[in-house]
Amino acid sequence: MSSLRPGNVGIVIVSHSPKIAEGAADMVRQMVGDAVPLAWTGGDVDGGLGTNVAGILEAIETAWSPAGVAILVDLGGAETNSEMAVEMLPEDRRGRVLVCNAPVVEGAVIAATESSGGSPLAAVKRSAEEFYA
Amino acid sequence: MHDANANRAAQTFAPLTASAVLVNPVGLHARPSVKLTQCAKGFAAKIEIALAADGPWTDAKSPVKVMRVKAPQGATLHFRISGPDGEAALAAMLALVHDGFGEA
Repeated sequence: MSSLRPGNVGIVIVSHSPKIAEGAADMVRQMVGDAVPLAWTGGDVDGGLGTNVAGILEAIETAWSPAGVAILVDLGGAETNSEMAVEMLPEDRRGRVLVCNAPVVEGAVIAATESSGGSPLAAVKRSAEEFYA
Repeated sequence: MHDANANRAAQTFAPLTASAVLVNPVGLHARPSVKLTQCAKGFAAKIEIALAADGPWTDAKSPVKVMRVKAPQGATLHFRISGPDGEAALAAMLALVHDGFGEA
């Protein structure tokens, strides 16, 4: 679920549904390729629909890049749990992880495309958020 | 003096233009858009695309903007490129279109 390309911004996909998260990650892999660190997480700790902070932290770790990580979320708890996960990161990493205000599937593909071209974290986030612009 | 410099700069990076017909079945849909953007990002040159020779021009390095062009199969894609590696960029972009973005 991860690949080695330390220079590019990592992408984390967080959905209430593990199927959506995995499917969005599949789209990123097929459309954008392997040049971007990528991880997904979905579902609550009991395997139902939901999100959990531990899973998000693990995904951030998997997709970690010195260039930072952009998180794409679907609804409500995915966003608040992602923000909570970011707050729990070590201080030196916290500032390099951003939650994007973008649709989860489209945003993930666009963010990964931007990242694959070597763009910095702010540009990756901005590009994903163009969908709502 | 200032004008002479501006003129020289303009000559160095005079925009290159060319066009190619989209041959791949679905036109410039999501996957080709991503490929086009990735290819464009590999060059320093400013790269723009349009469906008509006189624009409106779209930044080829923006995946969201490229997808919004919604260029169908059979459409003529115009390129306007300026920069130090403009010629190589133009060749790469045209090759990508002729090749149907690897789909044809």
